[in-house]
Amino acid sequence: MVKICVIRVGGTNCDEETKRALDELGAVCEVIHFKKIVKGKKKLSSYDALIIPGGFSFGDHVRAGAILGKEMKYVLSKELKRFVEEGRPILGICNGFQVLVEADLLPGFGGGIPQAALAINDSARFECRWVYLRVESGGKCIFTRGLKKGEVVSMPVAHAEGKFVFPKGKEEEYLKKLVGGDQLVFRYCNDRGEPARRKYPENPNGSFYDIAGICDPTGMIFGMMPHPERAAFGIQLHNWTEMEDIPEYGDGMSIFRSLMEYLGCGG
Amino acid sequence: MRSVYERKPLPFELFEVNLLEASEEQLMRISEEMGLALSLKEMKWCKRYFSEKGRNPTDVELQTIGQTWSEHCFHKTFKGITLMDGRRIRLFRDYIARVTEELSPNWCISVFKDNAGIVEFENGYAIAVKVETHNHPSAIEPFGGAATGVGGVIRDILGVWAKPIANLDVLGFGPLNFPYEDLPPGIKHPKYIFRGVVAGIGAYGNNMGIPTVAGAIHFDESYVGNPVVYCGCVGLLPVSSYVKSTRPGDLAVLVGGRTGRDGIHGVTFASLELGEESEEVSRPAVQIPDPIEEEKLRRAILRVRDKKLASGITDLGGGGISCACGEMAREANCGIEVELDRVPLKYSDMRPWEIWISESQERMFLSVPESNVGEVIDIFEEEDVEATPIGKFVEGGALKVFFRSWKVGELDLKFLFSPPVVRRKAKWQLPALREPRFKERDVEKTLLELLASPNVASKEEIIRTYDHEVQGNTVLKPLHGRYGGPSDAAVIRPLSNSWKGVVISCGLKPRYGKIDPYWMAASSIEEAIRNNVAVGGRRIALLDNFVWGNPEREEQLGSLVRACRACYDFAKIFETPFISGKDSLYNESPLGPVTPTLLITAVGVVPDVRKIVSVEFKRAGDPVYVLGRTYPELGGSEYYSLLGLVGRSVPRVHPSKAKASMDSLMRAIEYGIVKACHDVSDGGLGVALAEMVLSGDLGVDVDLREVPTSGIGGRRDFIMFSESNSRFVVEVRPGSEEEFESIVKADYALVGAVTRRRALVIREKEKILVDLSSGKMREAWKIRYG
Repeated sequence: MVKICVIRVGGTNCDEETKRALDELGAVCEVIHFKKIVKGKKKLSSYDALIIPGGFSFGDHVRAGAILGKEMKYVLSKELKRFVEEGRPILGICNGFQVLVEADLLPGFGGGIPQAALAINDSARFECRWVYLRVESGGKCIFTRGLKKGEVVSMPVAHAEGKFVFPKGKEEEYLKKLVGGDQLVFRYCNDRGEPARRKYPENPNGSFYDIAGICDPTGMIFGMMPHPERAAFGIQLHNWTEMEDIPEYGDGMSIFRSLMEYLGCGG
Repeated sequence: MRSVYERKPLPFELFEVNLLEASEEQLMRISEEMGLALSLKEMKWCKRYFSEKGRNPTDVELQTIGQTWSEHCFHKTFKGITLMDGRRIRLFRDYIARVTEELSPNWCISVFKDNAGIVEFENGYAIAVKVETHNHPSAIEPFGGAATGVGGVIRDILGVWAKPIANLDVLGFGPLNFPYEDLPPGIKHPKYIFRGVVAGIGAYGNNMGIPTVAGAIHFDESYVGNPVVYCGCVGLLPVSSYVKSTRPGDLAVLVGGRTGRDGIHGVTFASLELGEESEEVSRPAVQIPDPIEEEKLRRAILRVRDKKLASGITDLGGGGISCACGEMAREANCGIEVELDRVPLKYSDMRPWEIWISESQERMFLSVPESNVGEVIDIFEEEDVEATPIGKFVEGGALKVFFRSWKVGELDLKFLFSPPVVRRKAKWQLPALREPRFKERDVEKTLLELLASPNVASKEEIIRTYDHEVQGNTVLKPLHGRYGGPSDAAVIRPLSNSWKGVVISCGLKPRYGKIDPYWMAASSIEEAIRNNVAVGGRRIALLDNFVWGNPEREEQLGSLVRACRACYDFAKIFETPFISGKDSLYNESPLGPVTPTLLITAVGVVPDVRKIVSVEFKRAGDPVYVLGRTYPELGGSEYYSLLGLVGRSVPRVHPSKAKASMDSLMRAIEYGIVKACHDVSDGGLGVALAEMVLSGDLGVDVDLREVPTSGIGGRRDFIMFSESNSRFVVEVRPGSEEEFESIVKADYALVGAVTRRRALVIREKEKILVDLSSGKMREAWKIRYG
């Protein structure tokens, strides 16, 4: 039996649909308030994986994900480190990705300060739209092992702060590191799988190198801006009405299925 | 004679108001100075009450009365008596409520009475719906005004123990290119208001994680001084959780955000016209939004609901604590005692009356049996939300207010909830409008112009700033498919163990109101239902939301009467009960009253969401039908508007034909032979066909001569752009033409076929009238609003 913790704080709001997708795959998924973990009422170690879902944690005050990110870093860093070392994966979706970057867990180059940021979209607006993603992972990221490198998948994004950037002047160096370490997982692309080359709306936010999702050097911590839980079932797709038969599942489910398979509960 | 206001010798500020000795002139001055917005008749009513009590009122008491009797809270016009053409009319009872009474559908659980209308859904669940307006706050402070409008209507849904599952927003602005130099002092530019309102709606709904799935935006000159902001919310609740059993002895628990000076006199402000001083005088009337507070509040309330710990709930909206206390006690047939000094405050120096009527956001009110209070407070604490018992429900029928142990107010609830009946005269006459005469225009060029006109053009730029996917249940999205086609309605599938869906659609036809509010209302109802039926909706319930000018003007009230009459006539014919509604009157500015605007929201159900029908054409070669007849009805149309005309040939609704058209389509969808469908409305048949093409990867080839028409005399532009009601464009499954034709009991014609070529072709036999590629149409249609 796989037990998964979906964490929430005030402002989290994609917990239910994330749980629904995992429940479908037979996981025992609990939505737990972060406070309970901080106060020791719930133990991280009793779960096999941790998911930080989308939303606006603590109102996204300061910056998206900043407060929860800092809380995780300064209150839970030891526990999180142990969690990952014991082979328990962490997934951050949308706001969760922002949190993982703010917590310095992604891209995880070390150094004590965040080495990337999810900045305000180039459009300066919240963008809710379906995008295409090309799988770039060569297999390190455990969350995309069910997908082949070069495969194109489709999911929606919904955020105002999703523009992935590296520090000025370090872009090429860090990109090399990211690609070299097989940490680049998803890039925004067009329907034929060609990179968006920062063209709007294929790249909805202006992300550097069309980056939509990355993992840490171990492949155990993964963050992505698009929402797999909103593309988990066929009926959630934006174009299911155009299809002859409605598929049972959408591309998003492959993320959760890869996690379950990693945890030894594939199927 | 003593002075009018006398400060009581107390350690805090409390005034006694010398009502008993006040002259009529002084009574009106008191009403104005205290911001009560009460009429002389009402002030005299108060004077009589306090004379009987043998004492003068406190400021707290008069403020309570002002709040409770405001148009915003009490709906005096709709509940009052209107005299027109020698008839005595009660708008609400004789027209709106009467439809529901006469239809008395067994699937309606609660209508009109509570914070939201409630209808049955599936597996013991019910759907709650409410739509509100927040026009005046949005005129003063667009972001905050619109955001708190969303927050307020979400609390209405929480206020019937429902979980919010979808938002809808219908907006009206002045033209975005309105000349700056023509703006009267104190009026903000439409573009500023537009940007603020859209941002406010997005911020609140997105932050709370409620998908914004439906709505409309309409631009009209009459909205320059007074924008229109409708906010709606749909919720889901287990029927067994709908608890209303407040009893004497229960504690009154205030939950949510702190109380401040924001939102003082919001309701009385809403019941006055906007003017040059509104900004300065009424700025404090606009509340400050904090969606994260409400997100936490929602979690806590739903937990309290599921554990059945509370006996009653209501939201704090207009009138703040004063209205919530009074209403809850009255409904429970008991009294209430409140200790105002227990209310958690944003600033410690607030006066009792300010605390009492503040409309600070994100607050709700629970009645909780004493034995459960501890557990309730614990739940709120776990969610980081304050919960404070501030009073107690008691036997009797009095509202008593205390501050630091001193009684600062006492009113009989019976008196408080029976203000004098408003009697007003109304008249109406058809405006002197002429039908224009002009030569037929080039239809291809006109179609492109119409696609790019602000009321028809894609609202994608706005819709994409609203999260319409959160919660993962939006199966028919406002922008559906790869190209973001404009859906007629949104469909939510709220229960993961059932395929049943909730269908949400709107009808809004302000332009027709310039000609005749009767046909405007009829068309709005038809359009809302038509949009619902077009995707597969049925068992439809309606909500009515009126935005009108000052009802104290006879002609404004007269046009309201006509609209209400149409509401009765057509809702009855379509067998669609009203379940909730609200009126916002006094929508006037130095530029005059708004065009009478009625929003009809339709909420239907679809038994299986997998069978719903979307707009885009599905397969080349499929036959395309037009359902319904086209008349020369261009009065108030987008086509006339494009030419700067109004006209007088407003579209009508032919009851039996309309019903036949809807019923036929409903059955055809049920039999699974409809592959695509779009309702024909703004911009007529031409725009409907164009939208079906640009929503997908296919085209259509249509012969205009096949379209069923009457009295149009071959005018191609009229056939293409008339806005006659009760029409649909339908793509039928090939091989099912005969079945379709046998089902349809309305006018219909096979007009063409879906083509592989991505273009809209409209012809008369060999003569091509329109040949536009979907790319070109999309380019025209996707305008920037800025």
